[in-house]
Parts: sequence; structure tokens; C-alpha cells
Amino acid sequence: MNFQVLVENFMQALVAGLLNGSLYGLMCVGLALIFGVMRVINFAQGEFLMLGMYVTLYAVTGLGLAAWVGPYASPFIGVVLAGLALFVGGYLLHRYLVSRVTGTRAIGAEGEGHYAQLILTLGISLILQNGGLMLFGSTPQSVRTPLSSSAWELGLPLGDAAVFVNKARALAAVVSIAVTVGLFWFISRSRLGKALRAAADNPEAATYMGIDVDGAHRIAFGIGAAITAVAGGLVATYYPFQPYVGLEFVIIMYAGVVLGGMGSILGAFWGGMTIGLVQQLSSLVLSFQLQNVAIFVVFLLIVLFRPQGLFGRSVERT
Amino acid sequence: MGSQQRTATSIAVIAVFVLVYALGSMFVTDQYYQLTLTLVPIWAVMGLSWNLLSGYSGLISFGHAAFFGLGAYTVTLMLVRFDITPWFGIPAGMVVGALAGLLIGYPTFRLRGHYFALSMLAYPLALLYLFEWLGYQEVALPMKRESATWFMQFSDYRVYTVIALALLVVALLISLRVERSRFGMSLLAIKQNEYAAEAVGIDTLRWKMRAIVVSGAIAAAAGGLYACVLLVITPQTVFGMLTSAQALVVTLFGGIGTLWGPVIGASILVPLNETLQARLGNVLPGIQGVVYGVAIILVILLAPEGVYWRVRDHVIAGRRLPSPHAADGTPPVAVTEGAARRMLPTTQVILEVSDLSKSFGGLQAVDGVGFTVHSGSVLGIIGPNGAGKTTLFNLLNGFVRPDRGRVTFTGNELVGLKPNRVCRLGIGRTFQVVRSFQRMSALQNVAVGALVATDSDADAMERARSALVRVGLSERADAAARALSNHELRLMELARALAGGPRLILMDETLAGLGRDEVEQMIDLIRSLASDGVTVVIIDHTMHAMVRLADELLVLDHGRLLAAGSAADVTQNPSVIEAYLGKKWMQAGAAD
Repeated sequence: MNFQVLVENFMQALVAGLLNGSLYGLMCVGLALIFGVMRVINFAQGEFLMLGMYVTLYAVTGLGLAAWVGPYASPFIGVVLAGLALFVGGYLLHRYLVSRVTGTRAIGAEGEGHYAQLILTLGISLILQNGGLMLFGSTPQSVRTPLSSSAWELGLPLGDAAVFVNKARALAAVVSIAVTVGLFWFISRSRLGKALRAAADNPEAATYMGIDVDGAHRIAFGIGAAITAVAGGLVATYYPFQPYVGLEFVIIMYAGVVLGGMGSILGAFWGGMTIGLVQQLSSLVLSFQLQNVAIFVVFLLIVLFRPQGLFGRSVERT
Repeated sequence: MGSQQRTATSIAVIAVFVLVYALGSMFVTDQYYQLTLTLVPIWAVMGLSWNLLSGYSGLISFGHAAFFGLGAYTVTLMLVRFDITPWFGIPAGMVVGALAGLLIGYPTFRLRGHYFALSMLAYPLALLYLFEWLGYQEVALPMKRESATWFMQFSDYRVYTVIALALLVVALLISLRVERSRFGMSLLAIKQNEYAAEAVGIDTLRWKMRAIVVSGAIAAAAGGLYACVLLVITPQTVFGMLTSAQALVVTLFGGIGTLWGPVIGASILVPLNETLQARLGNVLPGIQGVVYGVAIILVILLAPEGVYWRVRDHVIAGRRLPSPHAADGTPPVAVTEGAARRMLPTTQVILEVSDLSKSFGGLQAVDGVGFTVHSGSVLGIIGPNGAGKTTLFNLLNGFVRPDRGRVTFTGNELVGLKPNRVCRLGIGRTFQVVRSFQRMSALQNVAVGALVATDSDADAMERARSALVRVGLSERADAAARALSNHELRLMELARALAGGPRLILMDETLAGLGRDEVEQMIDLIRSLASDGVTVVIIDHTMHAMVRLADELLVLDHGRLLAAGSAADVTQNPSVIEAYLGKKWMQAGAAD
């Protein structure tokens, strides 16, 4: 009996970890394009997530998508719209603000160049957060669909034990994985993807090879924002949010990207997945607050004790 | 003299600022504005704390809320639990902050750049949840009606302003002391080129540790006082992202790497923030955040290093100082004597290397290399690109730890020592690509190298001056390193290595990229150093120069020692000719 409960709890946490982890993974993939690839510490990434949530919400309710296409499909169309909106937003943000302190302009500004970039994105983050508060209000919202409150019951081969899988979460996880795979394919196969990687690897050399590095960075920034917004829209289908919600996720994203190894898209996904699993599995033994502590401790331990794997590109020649 | 005068001026400015601020705030009776006037110095102190670590050393901390929060909770919990006054609580908090600095710094300084910044982010957030878990969601400081003064509770808010100002003065004086001493100089050197700093004998880890300990203590004091002023603290307000961001923003806004930056930043941003909150907070919640965000974006686009530097550059440009070294075309005076009266190298072995090996993955960069260097001699190391020459130097001075082998210098085993220890033992080094501290003057660059040789900062300056004279660069002492030509940079780097009083200098391609006359000057200079008793090991590609410069030659190829001996022997060695010199050399040799 007791053992059965134990197994049930564990399986439940494992499933929750895998589902949450997929979403975290997708967020991390978005950040990986911006942080891992372009080396921009973007504080506003959490706000992209938040905007993705609100765009999805307003697409579903405000645009009346729910009435048009029904309650099941509307959140996903909303999510696509959120991705598109944030791609344009991210592209323009990079074009008019971020590029002024990063990319080819910042080549050679080692060390000193980072300050400008940090404080700029911090400013953008503050504006989006508080602008969001002014626009959307502080009441927590959520994108309710019939799926949010229904679940599949999966029987376990152990007495009458079963695991409940929330349908909204499950679908969100499936979409996350699909988007990640699609993006990975795009980055590794397409011409544009190759240009992005070249521009990331060595901006200077890529410039000499005739690649429009700043253009590539703009697109990467736009895609990074869009991916994270898509993740946000998906999370919104089962998680209540308000304009400050970005802060809850931004650390998870950075932790995931660093865990996965900088510059790697799939690595970032696994990093996010690891965070999701650690968080949910630790819920078996730890209270909510300590789960979050556990995430940071795991993050610190990995960064501190496996820096060699993560230092890949920062080895300097003497 | 000059620096003492500047320090005196700075202290005078601090005194005037604080007095004017204190007097001005005496006339404000509105409690709300008075609170703002108290918060300005508190956040300025927080900014100074951040600046002390991140501004000077360049290691950006997103986690200063950890220290701030620990200070705030130490003061609060001591009062709530044990009835201990904040007058003791704040110093106790500072001790906690310093300890936290120690515990956080030691592991985290293994990281650099982005990794360091992000790791620092994790500490306050972990603490935030930890304190929530401990049940300290919202802790109020109990009112003490009797002996209120003893418990730092004043009905007149102006007293808090004075206390905050007193703390600010302490923080400013500490910053000033750091900025004007080898402490600040070492941190700046770390910021501008950590490898070079380590190679000239600066114990980079130790200085960083000191910086984070002092910084942690100051931030904790700010947090402690903040708790006393606000009377209620939550994990979110003291450990939250915004607290770390505030420290960073006031400093970056006001000016990074100067003690005035945080003061300027806090004086502008804190009142702006509070006023917006008070005026518009009810109508448009979040307006202060938006305006704040817009303000810092504008500043970063218009004055990327902060208001202070922008204004300063403007003022200096206005004055239009005549440059004492206007380009009049006179070359620096080179040292040419020396070369004539050569001292023969002694037979005493100063450096002994045996079986030194290092591989990177599958690449055997250095493979079983062994040789000896005699005191006062010039040993040349040649070899094609990728032969392992620079790696060999990195193994010798401690940048890279060998897989096996021994290095003995004047009887000391070097393997396993950090570069700064190696330097302290008397080995100087220059780099293939000059590693300068770009924003410092040539003199300051060299002075950083002299710190290792003396405990007195003034003496370090003296040594730096004479080292510049020694290499013939004294004319350019005040020029910024980034304004120097390649030749001048090479000389400066050599002077920096010399200033530490080394017995041996490792010179990595010092002749590379020099013009013909410049090469001649450099060869004379190196020979004169050798005749003064400084042993030289020099890497170069150009056999022609090496033949005249070196007493002995080593030839490396694919990480292995191909040949060793006098220049004449080595250049006759068939395998050297085949691997490196080529037929042309043989023909040229035959024609001689």
C-alpha cells in the first residue's frame, strides 16, 4: 500500500517534470538563440514570455478567436499569433536598440561592452514589465480552455495506481517538442540557419564571408523572442499570470541555457528539461520554496564544478 | 604629491557634498520627502558597494541583493529575537555580509564574464526562497517606546538621513582608499586584462576576494540601515531582483568605476523614482518603472559609461589641454650602450626544465621538452607556427599546468604554482600579442608590474618611472596604452615585466611586427638587459635576429625539442634546416 502511494507520487512528479520540462526547454531554446548564440544577456526575455501570454490571451478573448474556431484550437492559433507578434517586436527591438550596443559594433569592446548591453535590456525589461502593468492590470489572468481542467488517467501496472495527466499541459508539451525539433531542423539545415550559426560563431569572419551579421542577429533575436513567446502562450493555457510573471521564469531560462551548454539549441532544451525534472521531483521531498532553492543550488553546482564543459569558447590565447 | 593632493581634493568634495546635503535636508519636514532623502544615501552606499567589486574589477554581479538582504535580516532578526539594537546589528550584519562574500566569492571567482554574472544572480534568489521557507515572509521591527534612540528609532526622520549620510561618508572613504591604492590598481588591471595582471604578479584571486568581502560588508550595512528606516522587510524587497538591479543601475547611470558614479546616480534616480511613485502611482501603476526604464535606456545610448564620465569628458574637451607630447616626431631615446660591453653568461643554472609535456585533447602541444638556462644568458626559442613555443611559456609561468615534467627555478619547483607566484619568484613575462591595460597610461601599466616588488605604492611608481627610462619610453609615460604604437607597446610591456625586478624574463615574439630599426633597438636593449644580469628566454620566428641575439638556441617542432646549442651549431643541424630553415638558408649560409 505504502509502496504503491510512493510509486504513484513518484510517477506523478516524473510526468509533471517531463511536461513542465518540455515547456521550460522551449523557453530555454528561445533564450539560447539570444544568449547562447549572440552572447547578449537579455534581461527582457522573461517579459517576452509575459507578452506571449497576453497576446495569446487577447487573441483568444479579444479577437474572439474562441467564438470562431472553438475553444480547443483557439489557444494554439493565439500562440502562433503571439510568436509572429514577438518576432516582429524582437526584430525591431534589436534593429533600433539592442544592435546599438552589441554585434559588430561591440566587437573588440571586450568586458566594457557588456555593461551597455546589460543595462539596456534591463531598461527594456522594466518598461515592458511596468508598461504591462499599466496596460493589462495586475489581476492574474489565464487562458482557460476546456482542456485546462480535464485530465487523462493513465493506469500503472501496479494495483489500481494511476497517474493523472492534465490535457492542456500535455498538449503544450507536445507542441513545445515539435517547435524545438522544427527550429533545430531550421538552424542546422536551412541556408539562413547556417548564416545565423556562422554569424554567431565568429561575427568578424562571417562578415568577411559576405554574411550580413547584423541582419542575421536581428533575425536570431526575433526568432528567440518568438520562441519564448510561444512557450509563454502555451504555459498560459494552464498557469495564471500577471505582468511580473517573467521574473519567475527568467532564472529558469538562464539556468537551463547554461546547463545545456552555451550556443547549443538542443542542449538548451535538455537544460530546461533538467530544471523541470529537478523542480518536480524535488517536490516529493521539499516544500515549494525549497524546490526553488534546489533549482538554484543545482544550477550553481553545475556551473561551478563543470565549468570546463561550459567554457567551450571563452578559452583565450595568451 | 599629485596623488595626495587629489585625495585631499576628493575628501574636501565629499565633505562639502555631505554638509550641503545634510543642511538642505534639515529644512525638509515632510516625512515622505525625508524618507526619499534618506534612501538616496542608502542606495548610493549600495551602488558604491557594487562599484567596488564590479565597477573596478569588471566582474559584474547581479547578486548584490544577497548581501543587502543578509544585512537587513541580520539587523531585523537580532532585534526581534534577541532584542539587540541595530547599533550592534548593523556591524554584525556587516560581518555576515563579509562572510557571505567569502563563501560566495571563493567558488564563484572560478568563473568569468557571463557565467560569473549569471551565477551571482542565483545566490540572492536562493536566499529569497530560503527565507520564505524559514517563515520570514514579512518581518516588522518592533516599536520600542522606551529608549528609542538606543534602538535606532527616531520620530524625526532627519536623524535617519544623518545616519545614512554618515554611512555614505564611510563608504566613500573606503572607495577612495581603494581607488587610490594598489587595491584599486590591481582590480582595474584585472578588469582590463586578467592574464596580464596575473603574469605581473598580481594575486588576482586574493584581490577579488578582498573586493567581494569589503563590498559584501558595505552592502550589508546599507541593507541593515534600510530595514531600520522602512521598519518592515520581506524577502522580495531585500533579496529581489530589483534590489540587485538598483545597485547596478545607480552605478551604471552615474558612472562606473568612479566613486562619484553611484552618488550621482542615486541622487538623480531615487528621487525620480519616489516622486513618480507618489504622484502617479495610484493613477498609473507602473509608471515609475517605465520612466526609470526609459531614463536608463537613454543614458546608455547617449552616455554609455554613465553621466559622470560623459560630463567629465565634456569638461576636459572644453578645456582643451595642450598635449605635452604633441607629435613632434622625436623618437624615444633608446638605450644603446650595454650592447658593447657584454657580460659573459655565467655557468650557474637559473632555470632547469625536464621532460615537460602537455597535450590538449589529442594534440601533443609540448612533448618531453627539457633544457637548462644559464644565469645572465639569452636563450632563443625558435620553431614554426604551432611548434608549442607559446604553450611552453604558458607551462613555465603557470598559465597552463603540465601533464608531467619538472621546472626548477633557482631551486624552487614551479609546477603547480599560479602565475602570480611564479612572477613573485622572479620570472617576468611578455606576450605574443601585447596584453596591456588599455585604459591606463603607460606609467600606470608599468606601475602595476612594479607592485610585486615593493609594499609601497609610491615606491612602485618610482620603479615604474625608472623602468620606463630603462627601455627608453619615459617620454610617453602619460600616454594611454591604447594610444601607443606597436613598438611602444612592446617596450611598455617589457618595462612592466622589468619593473617587478625579475631575474628571468620570458619574451614571447617581442620582435614581431617591428620595423628594421626598431628590431635593432630592441636587440640592443635585450642584450643590455642580459649584461645587467637579467636572464632572457625569447621566442621568435626570425632566425636572422635570433642568431645575433641569443647565446644559445632551442628549436622546437611539433612540441618536441629538435635541436639545442649555440647558434652556429643549430643552424648547421641538418634536421633543423630541413624542418624549419629550408634550402634558402643553406644557400645564404654558403654565400656568406
